[in-house]
Amino acid sequence: MKILATNFLVLLKEIGRGNRYYFAWVALLALLICAGAAAYMQQLSEGMIVTAIRDQVSWGFYISNFTFLVGVAAAAVLLVVPAYIYNFKPIKEIVLFGELMAIAAITMCIMFVVIDMGRIDRLWHVLPFIGRMNFPSSLLAWDIIVLNGYLFINLTISFYALYKMANSKEYNLNIIKPLIILSIPWAVSIHTVTAFLYNGLSARPFWNASILAPRFLASAFCSGPALMLIVFQIIRKVSKIEIENRAIFKIAELMAYAMGINLFLLAAEFFKEFYSDSVHLAPMEYLYFGLHGKDNLVPWMWSAMAFNITAFFIFLRPQTRENLFTLNIGCVLIIIGIYIEKGMGLVIPGFIPGTLGEIYQYSPTVIEKIITVGVWATGALIYTFLLKLAIPVTTGELRFARKEEPLRAS
Amino acid sequence: MKKNKPISRRSFLKGTAAGTAALAIPVGSADASVWEAFFQQHFQEMDDDEKATVIARLEKEYKKRYKKDFSIKTTEAMPGVLFGYGLDLSRCIGCRRCVYACVKENNQSRDPQIQWITVLRIEKGEKFVSNLEEADKYYYPEKVPEDEYFYMPVQCQQCENPPCVKVCPTRATWKEPDGIVVIDYNWCIGCRFCMAACPYGARHFNLKTPRIREEEINTNTHYLGNRPRFQGVVEKCTFCVQRTRGNPGRYPACVEICPVGARKFGNLLDPDSEIRYCIENKRVFRLKEDLNTSPKFYYFFAT
Repeated sequence: MKILATNFLVLLKEIGRGNRYYFAWVALLALLICAGAAAYMQQLSEGMIVTAIRDQVSWGFYISNFTFLVGVAAAAVLLVVPAYIYNFKPIKEIVLFGELMAIAAITMCIMFVVIDMGRIDRLWHVLPFIGRMNFPSSLLAWDIIVLNGYLFINLTISFYALYKMANSKEYNLNIIKPLIILSIPWAVSIHTVTAFLYNGLSARPFWNASILAPRFLASAFCSGPALMLIVFQIIRKVSKIEIENRAIFKIAELMAYAMGINLFLLAAEFFKEFYSDSVHLAPMEYLYFGLHGKDNLVPWMWSAMAFNITAFFIFLRPQTRENLFTLNIGCVLIIIGIYIEKGMGLVIPGFIPGTLGEIYQYSPTVIEKIITVGVWATGALIYTFLLKLAIPVTTGELRFARKEEPLRAS
Repeated sequence: MKKNKPISRRSFLKGTAAGTAALAIPVGSADASVWEAFFQQHFQEMDDDEKATVIARLEKEYKKRYKKDFSIKTTEAMPGVLFGYGLDLSRCIGCRRCVYACVKENNQSRDPQIQWITVLRIEKGEKFVSNLEEADKYYYPEKVPEDEYFYMPVQCQQCENPPCVKVCPTRATWKEPDGIVVIDYNWCIGCRFCMAACPYGARHFNLKTPRIREEEINTNTHYLGNRPRFQGVVEKCTFCVQRTRGNPGRYPACVEICPVGARKFGNLLDPDSEIRYCIENKRVFRLKEDLNTSPKFYYFFAT
């Protein structure tokens, strides 16, 4: 018991230390979280009327962010596969940081779904056994299971490895290898199930296309890694962790393939809708050209397309993807491009035109935006703290106290 | 299964209830009814005693809110009854009397406005069967009907194969034996998945606490129907379950008010019912048949 308390203090102490940049960053995040929490309090007391969500467009910015972040979480698998299936050592050394990002991303996903609920006090109704979870009929029930399962798997893998390292022990790969292997199909499943959430609704032709799940996966394997590559470069800059360029370039190469597939699938969708020119074309028309003069997403969608295509060529050419400057440009383009495409660009056109033909142009309110930023800040803070602990553990600077030994944290 | 589950759940909840109650609610302000509401079971899992307790609590709550005595029925579906609805498009004049009669009967929020019936105005000759893009629900002429338009009211189609029920993560909405799709407003978590799934725009969300003037409230209610709703839950047409379940029952408010007799209602299982007559003698169609939702809401042209 005592040893536990001592080690907890070791961790707390580590989080409470850092240079002024670290504190400025944490303070900024804390500020944003407070703003988000205050805005959410307002939404709780006044109702969803403070958002731009209406009967016509019944899901908005929160569910858009949720969808994007499921992709980010699923992307950890892009590191796991080369690391553990192909034993590519440079990536193996950084898998942990990818898994920690998945933890932060899943946490944000769960937060986004929860803040989108009209009755948070009834959250327990969805729990299996305690509430009345509609499994297997409701895809939302599936999503609850796979998302929490993925969170559990990643927590177990990364915390086990860190715990062993913190106790100066070699961790036994045989114990967690099955979990690591399991995490691969599981990562695919979280994104597939999230796609099926939309995909299964025959009332919404834009979502009711079998290409949806494959496209989700392809775009996830661009956006998640793009975020990771940027974080990895920050990690190696601010810590003693060495992340080889080789690892970064390998991931970039995989991203090029994923983006290629994503663009191909988009082209397939374009062809099918525009060539057959049926009533189901309307949402696509709304997205890219405007419908009945309503066109507030058009500039966003074309920007997303330009960003994604540019990024594709940056990552395709070895010269540009192996140049950190152009690589980072590509990463930023992908993050923005996919954020538009798999966020608002996916959720909103499902509702436009509405089932009774109405076109309600949704655009999030300030309160929705503040709450959303608050959730992102929470995720960033979680990831910051996880890294703050994981980095010194991996480099050997942070070790747990053994039985009666005094503290050894440097 | 139905007998065991609630008991084990309840005992579990009792344990946590005490714990969370102590934590979350400051001593003194703990009103027992708040916790009873919090731990209220799903309507289908309650026995008669439990239902009576819940009804009593709700009646008290509504009295406090609207200063009126409410009656909340829990009448069950009658055996041998499957409700069906008919709408004669050739008669509808687009006057929206049904919309407002429904709002009044079913205690829909006046601010923000919720209306379970949407009347669509469609230009003659325009498409409308499976694509409603040209339909307009915002029409405000001096007089109806207008020469160049016809009108199509849309409300919950009470599908035999309801997509909204399939997607609900908590089973808060279900199809009753008489074919009416209902919601337990005390069980809905407000995720709005059903609204995304509904092809007819029949489900509506309480963006804030519904507001209805005290003198306009209808106190004659059904638990699954027109009792006042809460902030953050979804609501929908129930074929006026508070009226139609009874022998003799009453017509839904929209049928009763229609000045041109465009609305028909009855028991699909009764060969002598008016709705059966319409189905057998008119050429009926249903909205968005390609989606295979199998509505029990039939449109037809009588003249």
